[in-house]
Amino acid sequence: MNALTLTFTLNGNNISMDISPDTLLVDLLRDRLGLTGTKVGCREGECGACTVLLDGIPVNSCILPAAKVQGRSLTTIEGLADEKRQLHEIQQAFMDEGAAQCGFCTPGMIMNAKALLDRNAEPNDQEIRRSLSGVLCRCTGYQKIVQAVATAGEMKKSQG
Amino acid sequence: MAPTFKDLHWAKNIQVQQYLQPKTLEEALEMLASFAGRARVIAGGTDVVPQLRGRDIEVEALVDITGIGGMDGIDEDGENIVLGGLVTHAQVATSELIKKKAGLLSEGAASVGSPQIRNVATVAGNLVSGQPAADTSIPLLALDAIVTIAGSKGVKNIPLTDFFLDTGKTALDCTREILTRIQFRGLKENEGGCYLRLAKRKALTLPMLVLAAVVNADMEKRIINHAAIAIGPVAPVPYRARNVEEGLKGAPISEETFAAAANSGMQECTPRDSCLRGSCDYRQEMARVFIKRGLTRAIAQIGS
Repeated sequence: MNALTLTFTLNGNNISMDISPDTLLVDLLRDRLGLTGTKVGCREGECGACTVLLDGIPVNSCILPAAKVQGRSLTTIEGLADEKRQLHEIQQAFMDEGAAQCGFCTPGMIMNAKALLDRNAEPNDQEIRRSLSGVLCRCTGYQKIVQAVATAGEMKKSQG
Repeated sequence: MAPTFKDLHWAKNIQVQQYLQPKTLEEALEMLASFAGRARVIAGGTDVVPQLRGRDIEVEALVDITGIGGMDGIDEDGENIVLGGLVTHAQVATSELIKKKAGLLSEGAASVGSPQIRNVATVAGNLVSGQPAADTSIPLLALDAIVTIAGSKGVKNIPLTDFFLDTGKTALDCTREILTRIQFRGLKENEGGCYLRLAKRKALTLPMLVLAAVVNADMEKRIINHAAIAIGPVAPVPYRARNVEEGLKGAPISEETFAAAANSGMQECTPRDSCLRGSCDYRQEMARVFIKRGLTRAIAQIGS
């Protein structure tokens, strides 16, 4: 097996490491880098719990070969809070609105919400629902999650 | 012994010996040639990776073509629209040019999978997977698209009508060839298009039925000049309802014309019985509804 040397940016830090060519991104994150905030649900790109941002774009890390992050910038749920461990406004809004029950889909929901709010701070209900349509939640019925994203948008706006 | 569900579900790797990342088309074709059928092209990977994990396919190496330059653009070439082989569903779904000149393709591209899938999955890959109801295959088939395939022996252009051979099988050998370009004519002034999709949910679900229609009509004389209707999954491959199209040539724009087309089209459709996505009878009935609705909406769109 031919190992690959992977160089990329992870949550703002430069990383360089050797990986086996058959590694999937989610396993690289969870097993090698210890970042278990990214969840594994279905392992076939259906549930979206494993969503991470690749150059700011949401992708399912469970079906993405790790080699694809070569030279790119990756953001996981662990990268949202700032250095002082102050929660990101989307994380705060999810807590304030009670948007998590079992919490398994929450990282996927938050990463998709971040990609949306980064390009559109005032999304309407439809835009929020569409942006979350690739993440399955089996507990909440989605209403509080949608509300949390709207609230996070308002928090972001008021913080300028 | 065949792997069990448990083995497959927890399998953490995709069982490849090499992951190659060429920078040019020539380099990619050479790599494929050197593996003589034991390597496979990967772009977004949203079909290939689940197939590898499920041991549906086995290869020694993956040749990742996403690093090849100049294949990720949507361009206008005279009256034609050209999609590079690496154009994603998200790009097509948000392109103003496609929205204006081929709205049926925008809608198809926006219906695939989920946002995360559309961000990486390529339209070329949707064609190469050869599924009978693929959301961009159906509109591209109605648009009479032509695909360009590059191999070690050179380049060939194939109309999409000759591209699909059987379920999961196309004229392209994904262990040796690369789909580099998709070309089709944008809708003209006197043409309208329509895309219809029947599915249990609005996201993350395969369709029970998909139809795309393109109608060219003389609105003053109220006559259909010609029409193209593509439907899936009603046959082993994305299906063009040629008999219906023949019957529509020169037909007046009327309820009777639409009803006759819908009735004859329904006879041509032979969908499978599916526990998840509807019985054959149900899908045939819905094919009748969709043909009528598709023609009506495509015509209503002309000049708008």
